[in-house]
Amino acid sequence: MNALTKKIGLLAGMLALWASCSAQAVEFNQLQADKSAVSFVYKQMNVPIEGSFKRFHGLISFDPAKPALARAEIDIDLASIDAGSDEANDEVAGKLWFNTKAFPVARFVATSIRPLGNNRFEVAGKMSIKGRTHDERSVATFQPQGSSGVFAGSLVLKRADYGIGEGMWADFGTVANDIQIKFRLVAAAAATGKK
Amino acid sequence: MSHPASYTRTAIALHWLVAIALVATFGVGLYMSGLALSPAKLKIYSWHKWAGVTIFTLVLFRLVWRVTHRPPAPPVGMPAWQQRAAELAHCLLYALMVAVPLSGWLMSSAKGFQTVYFGVLPLPDLLAKNKELGDALTLVHKWLNFTLAGLVVIHVGAALKHHFFDRDNVLARMLPLIRKP
Repeated sequence: MNALTKKIGLLAGMLALWASCSAQAVEFNQLQADKSAVSFVYKQMNVPIEGSFKRFHGLISFDPAKPALARAEIDIDLASIDAGSDEANDEVAGKLWFNTKAFPVARFVATSIRPLGNNRFEVAGKMSIKGRTHDERSVATFQPQGSSGVFAGSLVLKRADYGIGEGMWADFGTVANDIQIKFRLVAAAAATGKK
Repeated sequence: MSHPASYTRTAIALHWLVAIALVATFGVGLYMSGLALSPAKLKIYSWHKWAGVTIFTLVLFRLVWRVTHRPPAPPVGMPAWQQRAAELAHCLLYALMVAVPLSGWLMSSAKGFQTVYFGVLPLPDLLAKNKELGDALTLVHKWLNFTLAGLVVIHVGAALKHHFFDRDNVLARMLPLIRKP
């Protein structure tokens, strides 16, 4: 082994070290909807009922080292709801609930993402459902998982804020006002070569 | 061990309490299954389930009472086949009074709706959510109910036959209001 190959070996080692360091500062920006989940829990006659949305998409760009520059936008296809039963799915598409024909999408746009320590972040943003927009706040955790990052958290919406359940459903005696939204969003890291 | 002359007051009270509750809850069940979704429907379903849980508890208590307290003997001269038929009918009635609320609870569980007694006490979900199983149990609940309803008709018919045709005390010993002094 001559001096040149030793030098090349050293250089390759340094490159590998640099690559692994830069991987720490990688940006997670490929939302993988098929690995992600958006679900919810509502209470009907004080009975917790779970539901979920099967289709959603969005944009995420998140560098754990620079949370202030993070962006997140999620669009949820409201017609893809599973509200716990066929009867409920038909009902919530109607005018009194989501009015899915006129307002097919629920949208959340993060306005600030603030680190709370221990991989926890406070996410504030604007939620738009059924033509109404309100500020919502959530605490999410971020966990790197292989080449991806997993955001998991929850927030509680007041359904009355968005007119979800009007008319005979407006009373909270049968369906409670609080709806807990749970999300688990998986975002893959961008290809580092492009940087 | 000899038979007592009459039913205990507890047995009589439980019999009529369960009878009234069963008929009312059965009627509500028939009515509610055809309703369109509304807050009222959700309330009625909840009340139906709470009534079912109450009946289930009362029936378990009744079973314990029945096992620990002998009922009065059949009237003298009642044919042996009728005695056996009555025994079988009573066994079936008890079995169905347990099976009907139990099938409702299982059906609710399989459909993903936990039963929360009076909105306060959550009962364990005995089954995981499963649409096919939920639909199957709906049919089971329905047909167990119709079988029980049919048996109740036979039960009432037999009691009236004893009272008006055989002119014995079979109905009166369970219905003190018409007991002859």
